[in-house]
Amino acid sequence: MGILDFLKRKPEPSAGVAKERLRIIVAQERSTRGGPDYLPLLRNELLEVIRKYVNVDVEAVNINLERDSGHEVLELSVALPDGKPATSAS
Amino acid sequence: MTEIIVVTSGKGGVGKTTTSASLATGLALQGKKVAVIDFDVGLRNLDLIMGCERRVVYDFVNVVHGEATLKQALIKDKRHEKLFVLAASQTRDKDALTQEGVEKVLDELAKEEFDYVVCDSPAGIEKGAHLAMYFADHAVVVVNPEVSSVRDSDRILGLLASKTRRAEKGESPIKQHLLLTRYNPNRVEAGEMLSVKDVEEILGISVVGVIPESENVLAASNAGVPVILDDDSNAGAAYKDTVARILGEERPLRFLEPVKKGFLKRVFGG
Repeated sequence: MGILDFLKRKPEPSAGVAKERLRIIVAQERSTRGGPDYLPLLRNELLEVIRKYVNVDVEAVNINLERDSGHEVLELSVALPDGKPATSAS
Repeated sequence: MTEIIVVTSGKGGVGKTTTSASLATGLALQGKKVAVIDFDVGLRNLDLIMGCERRVVYDFVNVVHGEATLKQALIKDKRHEKLFVLAASQTRDKDALTQEGVEKVLDELAKEEFDYVVCDSPAGIEKGAHLAMYFADHAVVVVNPEVSSVRDSDRILGLLASKTRRAEKGESPIKQHLLLTRYNPNRVEAGEMLSVKDVEEILGISVVGVIPESENVLAASNAGVPVILDDDSNAGAAYKDTVARILGEERPLRFLEPVKKGFLKRVFGG
């Protein structure tokens, strides 16, 4: 505790960060809920395959399982970044 | 008709047993006949919070296995005529409880004309937690304003909607009540803690009560007296409001505003 403490920039309140992180992770977990247990694993493996060719972020891959009367549709969307493909994996 | 209420959370240490004890006691204060059951096989604790630990002779597993009758195992509360505790077993055998066994005990409690059975769930999402929620009509999901607790409670809300008897039989869904505990309005105001509104928004469900963080909760558990019986504490008053809301009464939320320290307190501390 110093006398000059008031000069320091106050740290950003952390509750906002918590809320944003939770909003994203809860939405993601809800989208795969009720689906088969392999869905998160499938997502990760697909991500790895895609990453071999394109440099994408974890959040760029979206897997959605939709149930229609009688059948299920597995929807996969990948947001590709602009620019060059990644250099091949070593 | 007997209504079964599960108190659950996913994450440990958020206040399930504290809530179960206060909820059961609060219902008994309203004149209901109540049994509160500890489902945490191997880690008996509800008896301590209820203050009846030295009177446990038979437990839940003894009844399930037919080693004792339900009447022998139900511990009558010292303070309330119509309140009974069924202690968890200390056995290390995790398979000591079965779905059929639990159903048998719940059916017997219904025959004894209990109004409410409160099931204190163990932490986690394994067998004990599953059995505690399976037969429930109401669920009180206890959550702290903290990231891991909020995420786990969302998981639990999902399980309540899919892995319970009501869900499997296609009956009307379990009534879900979100209870926010260990709430600190001063830290919320400082932006250091998720607010009631934040938690409600993230989980998409409104709260049935907010229990402020309080020194009285530890004092109550030290003494073995459910905190709802502490008339001087905000936590006790907030639990009383919560019980009334679960019984259908409308009451505004209290104790959400920051407590301002007086001048003397700021100078001299405390």
